[in-house]
Amino acid sequence: MLEKIIAFICAAIVQGIPLLYGATGEIITEKSGNLNLGIPGIMYVGGISGIIGGYFYEKSTAEPNVVLCILIPLLACIIGSVLMSLIYSFLTITLHANQNVTGLALTTFGMGIGNFFGGSLLSFFGESGSISLLTTGTYYATPLGFSIGKIEISFGFMAYLAVIIALATSFVLNRTRVGLHLRAVGENPATADAAGINVTLYKYLATCIGGAIAGMGGLYFVMDYTTGAWTNNGFGDRGWLAVAIVIFALWKPKSAIWCSFVFGGLYIVCVYIPGLSSATKELINMLPYIVTILVLIITSARKKREHQPPASLGLPYFREER
Amino acid sequence: MSDLKTKKHEPVIHITKRADLVWYKAWIIRAVAVLAALIVSAVVIMLLTKENPIQIYASMIEGNFGTERRIWVMLKELAILLCVSLAVTPAFKMRFWNIGAEGQVLVGALGSAACMFYLGDSLPLPAMLILMFIVSVICGIIWGIIPAFFKAIWNTNETLFTLMMNYVAMQLISFFIMVWVPNGSSVMGVINPQTKSGWLPEVFGQKYLLSILFVAVTTIILFIYLKESKQGYEITVVGESENTARYVGINVKKVIIRTMAISGGICGMAGFLLVSGINHTVSANLAGGVGFTAIMVSWLAKFNPIVMVLTSFIIVFLQIGAGEIATSFRLNQSIADIVTGIILFFIIGCEFFVRYKINFRTKEKEEKNA
Repeated sequence: MLEKIIAFICAAIVQGIPLLYGATGEIITEKSGNLNLGIPGIMYVGGISGIIGGYFYEKSTAEPNVVLCILIPLLACIIGSVLMSLIYSFLTITLHANQNVTGLALTTFGMGIGNFFGGSLLSFFGESGSISLLTTGTYYATPLGFSIGKIEISFGFMAYLAVIIALATSFVLNRTRVGLHLRAVGENPATADAAGINVTLYKYLATCIGGAIAGMGGLYFVMDYTTGAWTNNGFGDRGWLAVAIVIFALWKPKSAIWCSFVFGGLYIVCVYIPGLSSATKELINMLPYIVTILVLIITSARKKREHQPPASLGLPYFREER
Repeated sequence: MSDLKTKKHEPVIHITKRADLVWYKAWIIRAVAVLAALIVSAVVIMLLTKENPIQIYASMIEGNFGTERRIWVMLKELAILLCVSLAVTPAFKMRFWNIGAEGQVLVGALGSAACMFYLGDSLPLPAMLILMFIVSVICGIIWGIIPAFFKAIWNTNETLFTLMMNYVAMQLISFFIMVWVPNGSSVMGVINPQTKSGWLPEVFGQKYLLSILFVAVTTIILFIYLKESKQGYEITVVGESENTARYVGINVKKVIIRTMAISGGICGMAGFLLVSGINHTVSANLAGGVGFTAIMVSWLAKFNPIVMVLTSFIIVFLQIGAGEIATSFRLNQSIADIVTGIILFFIIGCEFFVRYKINFRTKEKEEKNA
């Protein structure tokens, strides 16, 4: 029984890692006042960029080097995600476009890019079948384990990285001047501007860094979770769950860590409860969404000041419009 | 010495808000954006297929208008997208970000499918259709009112609430399919294939005509409702400023809930059309992301139901056209999403040039400042 529970917790953490990347990225973005609903699309692009990078590297050399196998997809993933974030930033920050509409368009676009290249990358090179980067995937998924007493726990390196990034984000946001400025921009850009903070620069940087981190969630999924294989729409709706976790965690990266694991657990809990009919499983799969809804309702009803989103979230800032 | 002190910094580009732009100039800017988007999409497709752009556009037109059947399919797609776009419009005008249209369509579809499944052919067709219509609309209304209610009393964030409701609706459909289909298959076949009970009848030999007419009538009604009725005016006021609305004595909570009921109801109707008029079955991806596309269609049309016919046509044309290209050049169907994304970015971006004016630093000014 205990083994089963530990297996479940480990599986929940594995499911939670992509969500944690997405949520951390979205928290940074939202702290600057940008509600980026394009995160699900960015995560798809992050995944497929990593796959494309890895594919070209594996194709170009007979004996892939470990370091390059890890660095090239990572770099490709970051470039892809940052390009997507730049589209969003340019439209919403420079051109003052509506954030919701831009974000949704970005998600459509990003999922299109992911599925398109995932589905036809091989056929461009006259190959058939589906993409499988076993070498790169294995390097990514190499378990780095440790044990507590008798219990062995092991994950790929990107899982640890996700937690480190979340903790670092929390530190930067709450303990540094840069973090203070960023929060000021998200709360009240006009005041921040008057205080001499470069609002545009902060918004751009936060959105791009946030996008890059979210994209790494997609990379973790394709490289570690599925060990280098791409299936169209395989990533599913995890991007939206990441956006939901931001609210569940009340815009705190530290809380996002355990929230992601809880959501990861809810995502797969139906597999671990024995004797369920397939219809009941479908009902249990509703849990993550219903929990999010309940959290939304409860936080809005309690109206605690420290539990509220950044005050200018979703609003464009134009200096001459005060 | 004094020269240095008086020299002022003048930025190269200076942005000001336009006071008012003549309507046709605004539309010229938008038309240019659409044109630019078409060129960029053509370049992208050209790079992928290595085919000349004229061939690509010919193939897009062929995909949409090639045969009589294709025209009807295009009109059907247009009708559904338009219907959901109409549905989200009243809510958006009120600045209520209903991105849950997908879920509202799905529960509507589920309502119709449930009637067809449980009642079989026990009712005469007209009674059956009316019942299905009512059940679907009520299901849509319930799904729309839940987030609106919490928005009204506690100002709960509706964007994420409605988004989550989509997935609850999808799981609900998967659940009912599991219950209804005996052998544990997750696919619901066509319901009542022999009796055709609960199927919208063909009119003039056209399967989709009745569904299209439904949407056409809804377009006109909604246009009049938003433009001429007192309730439509209340929606506009609440959207412009809730405080103003409260000051003039509008019951904001009531307006929010009522408007979302309308929004959800029309979505429910779209679900009815999808099940009764088009697919005769139900699945969790029946709506196929139409809820998200509809938001952009409605926003691009500036919430005007008549203009929405045009904007939804542009999107449907591109999607079907890109699908056709994908088929004929053996590419993945997702190219349609990429093309849609590109055109949306351009149209979203061009609004900036409608609202703002860019002033470049001129020679004359520089001399004056020097």
